[in-house]
Amino acid sequence: MRAAVITFPGTNRDGDIARALRMAGAEVIPSWHADHDLPAGTDLVVLPGGFAYGDYMRTGAIAARANIMDAVRAHAARGGYVLGVCNGFQIACEAGLLPGVLMRNAGLKFVCRMQHLRVGRIDTAFTRHYTAGQVIKVCIAHGEGNYVCDDETVMRLEAENRIAFRYCDAHGDVTRENPNGSRHAIAGIYSENLRVLGMMPHPENLVEALVGGTDGQGLFASLAAAG
Amino acid sequence: MKARVTVTLKNGVLDPQGKAIEGALKSFGLEGIDSVRQGKVFDIEIATQDKSRAEALLKQACEKLLANLVVENYTVEVLG
Repeated sequence: MRAAVITFPGTNRDGDIARALRMAGAEVIPSWHADHDLPAGTDLVVLPGGFAYGDYMRTGAIAARANIMDAVRAHAARGGYVLGVCNGFQIACEAGLLPGVLMRNAGLKFVCRMQHLRVGRIDTAFTRHYTAGQVIKVCIAHGEGNYVCDDETVMRLEAENRIAFRYCDAHGDVTRENPNGSRHAIAGIYSENLRVLGMMPHPENLVEALVGGTDGQGLFASLAAAG
Repeated sequence: MKARVTVTLKNGVLDPQGKAIEGALKSFGLEGIDSVRQGKVFDIEIATQDKSRAEALLKQACEKLLANLVVENYTVEVLG
């Protein structure tokens, strides 16, 4: 698994996610937003968290039009893997890789805390190391994580089983905890071909017991094995 | 030429910032404010003197970047 981790001006989780990928056994190639091409042999493109272009205008909007994004769209169209985390999810939506948009949190506050998620399907390259319906504990840190789309889109995401993770309480109840007002408690979604995953929470920060947990490891182990 | 692009949220899209502003205005005791929706204004200078070309250019700018058509509408006004 060769992963290109893209850095935009204002990205700040690129180091964390590169480390999580390397720990899982993936090869990581740092990549730059102004480049026109992805590294040769890229299997996975990672759009990391942060505040690309200062979140100016709309989160992810300017980054979604950066040079490298044409290559990322072509990679996705070829069936390549893309993982967008937090700001990366916002960028992926703005770039048209995923439907919908991430709006200001319903409570208006930046939310930074530990959060339980319920894992959806486990037959994708991102989730094979989890069990169906597993409740994992990772962290969230965002001001614009409120997933919005029209009724038709949300029904389609449900019908096609494309909701990758939902916010939930410690018992897996998805009606109890919704930190940002997202429709259907959506924390992450897949593209139609299940090869693009966008999610607001940060699994890359929960890969070592020393810093509070290892529930994020499953995602990187799954990806590293997806080859 | 000068132009103004206004980007607003579509009806039905939750606008927590607008709600907070609305609450603040109401808390001042300002009578008669029913609701507030927040949007964005872009003042843009354009090289062309051709009004219809300017409008076409701004429409492109809106659809490529200035508005996210999933949740936002835009209007373009060429001020001359």
